[in-house]
Amino acid sequence: MIGELDSHVPGGPIEDRWTRHRFDMKLVAPNNRRKFEVIIVGTGLAGASAAATLGEQGYNVTVFTYHDSPRRAHSIAAQGGINAAKNYKSDGDSVFRLFYDTVKGGDFRSRESNVYRLAEESVNIIDQAVAQGVPFAREYGGLLDNRSFGGAQVSRTFYARGQTGQQLLLGAYQQMMRQVDLGTVTLHTRTEMLDLVVKDGVACGVVVRDMVTGQVTSHSAHAVLLCTGGYGNVFYLSTNAKYSNATAAWRAHRRGALFANPCYTQIHPTCIPASDEFQSKLTLMSESLRNDGRIWVPEDPDDDRPPDEIPESARDYFLERKYPSFGNLVPRDVASRNAKAMVDQGKGVGPLENGVYLDFAAAIGRVGEDTIRERYGNLFDMYERITDENPYRVPMRIYPAVHYTMGGLWVDYNLMSNVPGLFVLGEANFSDHGANRLGASALMQGLADGYFVISYTLANYLAGLLGTAPVPTDDPAFAQAERSVGDTVARLLSINGTRSVDHFHRELGKILWEHCGMARDEAGLEKALTEVPALREEFWKDVRVLGGPALNQSLEKATRVADFFELGELMVRDALHREESCGGHFREESQTEDGEALRDDERFAYVGAWEWTGKGSDPVLHREPLDFEYVKLTQRSYK
Amino acid sequence: MTTNGAGDGHATMDITLHIWRQAPGAEGMMVTYTEEARGISPDMSFLEMLDIVNERLIATGREPIAFEHDCREGICGSCGMMINGQAHGPERGTAACQLHMRKFRDGDEIYVEPWRARAFPVLRDLVVDRQAFDRIVEAGGYITAPTGTAPDANLIPVPKEAADAAMDAAACIGCGACVAACPNSAAQLFTAAKLQHLNLLPQGQAERYRRTQAMVDTMEQFFGSCTMHGECQEACPKDISIDFIAYMNRDYVKAQLRNRKLAGQRS
Repeated sequence: MIGELDSHVPGGPIEDRWTRHRFDMKLVAPNNRRKFEVIIVGTGLAGASAAATLGEQGYNVTVFTYHDSPRRAHSIAAQGGINAAKNYKSDGDSVFRLFYDTVKGGDFRSRESNVYRLAEESVNIIDQAVAQGVPFAREYGGLLDNRSFGGAQVSRTFYARGQTGQQLLLGAYQQMMRQVDLGTVTLHTRTEMLDLVVKDGVACGVVVRDMVTGQVTSHSAHAVLLCTGGYGNVFYLSTNAKYSNATAAWRAHRRGALFANPCYTQIHPTCIPASDEFQSKLTLMSESLRNDGRIWVPEDPDDDRPPDEIPESARDYFLERKYPSFGNLVPRDVASRNAKAMVDQGKGVGPLENGVYLDFAAAIGRVGEDTIRERYGNLFDMYERITDENPYRVPMRIYPAVHYTMGGLWVDYNLMSNVPGLFVLGEANFSDHGANRLGASALMQGLADGYFVISYTLANYLAGLLGTAPVPTDDPAFAQAERSVGDTVARLLSINGTRSVDHFHRELGKILWEHCGMARDEAGLEKALTEVPALREEFWKDVRVLGGPALNQSLEKATRVADFFELGELMVRDALHREESCGGHFREESQTEDGEALRDDERFAYVGAWEWTGKGSDPVLHREPLDFEYVKLTQRSYK
Repeated sequence: MTTNGAGDGHATMDITLHIWRQAPGAEGMMVTYTEEARGISPDMSFLEMLDIVNERLIATGREPIAFEHDCREGICGSCGMMINGQAHGPERGTAACQLHMRKFRDGDEIYVEPWRARAFPVLRDLVVDRQAFDRIVEAGGYITAPTGTAPDANLIPVPKEAADAAMDAAACIGCGACVAACPNSAAQLFTAAKLQHLNLLPQGQAERYRRTQAMVDTMEQFFGSCTMHGECQEACPKDISIDFIAYMNRDYVKAQLRNRKLAGQRS
């Protein structure tokens, strides 16, 4: 039975909370740290930075990743940059302003105290990354360069060409590999977590599967950290990497961890439009492109002239027209919905009329092609490789795609879930972005959690366990979890149906995109609530997974898709219950006269955290009320 | 030439594939597929073409081809296969995941094999084990910077040229194409890129020679020797320059001298 959700947010003025809390928390002395076993699942920014930091401090850390190398985690694909309130440009930035922008950008559905801490730690991340040798862009004087990024009116984004995520991940990965060399971190690659083990309500380990041999084993620890990313691939087509999945988080949910705000999914405005049915994933281009690109469609839906023949007077720069002060830099959800509106009005461009133009002609005229190449060269190359069109000459075509998930496992201020001993970091938790994440904030959150938050809050938890041994892996709790994993694998291999895993995944994605995508309404969601379970039934009767347990990519996909079915259903339920629009969650029934998202703070200013109550039984909703003491609740306006 | 099933008249391609199939612990062999890669759209990526082939294999009860892939945006470094004898295929500076079928012609025969190198054993079909790269990084591919000890980021100015050159090296995605393309299966380009990313920066100076010696020595435990064929640079999907190998060799010679001197002082 889960009582009232306690976020454990410390009291006092917001700017003192984290400092005071760090002092109030218990410590683990250096000589005692080696007595603690810590399991980290996932090696993206959150996982690698946590492993490096905790290993350095002297804990015994065991790390699992399903990749062949930790460096492949999907953080690597982040392009645009990382925010930090350094105010190096003296353009009015501050910790408070970054905090304010993030709460407002999240459409008032995040926890103020967490966001403030994130803004505070942002400055330390940049120092840390530079010390590690992350080659951020520099000015000729040798100082760090900044740019402004979607939704911000200050230049606070640090970047390394269009490969910021890659460079930050390599920095964290290298720090972690140093600990591997020193023996404080034990690394297991090509190993996937398939269950969380909970004994007497406390997380005590994981069950994993060696993806090469198929062997299932148990590992115990004093604490388990999930750093396993988001669940965007529930839609099949997304900008996530193909292996990205929600299984670790979902397995933890089935063992008692609450899943918060699953309906908050972010649709990124600057992706390359899908070209056909065979499309395997969507490709994102950094929204930094919106700094210099101008977004437009032809005024006239029937205008099918090539873009260079359409005169200025016949173009609609719809974001600049509707939002004069932010223009093309409005937050992602606003940009995405407006693009959808244009396409829905028949003004879409391209062979399938499923995109809008992103035009660099004006910027090239202003600063020259060389400068544009320096800023976005790799993105332009990538676009050309995929579309066979040269964006220096022809406007890009873009369309929104699923990109990030703000929802995730519920955590308190200490990043601990409601299951003691289970911590959740980075995109896998729900805590900092509310209903919409601002650009260049995902890298910031993953690294803040991993480098600067968890080492304090984990010590506070572990201090109480000094002198206790981890639950041994021959405990019945481990045996039961291992059996359950073995049974699932065996069942999937024995169905021998007629349709592939990808077939089912694609069908699931279509239902969710149609009814629980960029815009949602009650009728569609009700429909999805019958279609998803029906398809899941078919999956368990008719999926075809050939081969055996050893290195079997269909089997890997099958376990993940099986969990996506359950998560997808919860997402729909959450979207249905939240009868308001906020950030990435847009309910058709709740909009202003101008078609903007209309919140209902009276009824929905809370975190919706769902409890798993067993197969075939409805999940139970728990609410964590949200208070806004420092950023006044207002209707967002980017006019 | 056929038209695709949608009947919209777009030209599609019929490809004959010869693909390396190998089960764990067994001998491998090339298998020819003539029916499975018909009706391919030129707008598909190479991996999407393999997806289609796999769907058709599954539909007819045959195990799909195992291949590594993840981001499909050319940045994670997971994918990698020899396509007609070229690492990542015919398009320069492009990973296999970003190669598109429009680079081939209707009726082409395409040979697809895994990376061939003793340090990269085949696990299944086109999937190889590249852990040797992680061992090289582990040996010294970092700047020691414990969390929380960093000074302000703007305290040490880094000349733009140095930052840019470090970034050129740091762009390496660790895919292994350089090793696969090398007749000696050498990993000089990978190791040099990892080294020079750090050795070119002011922050990387303290450990420069120790790092160089440790990483090069570890590299040589796994990989062949460089005889300057230059195939690595041609194959690199990120266009990493072979110049970095020269810098690495220079630093390695200096490291031999300097580290010996330090060792002498310590004893």
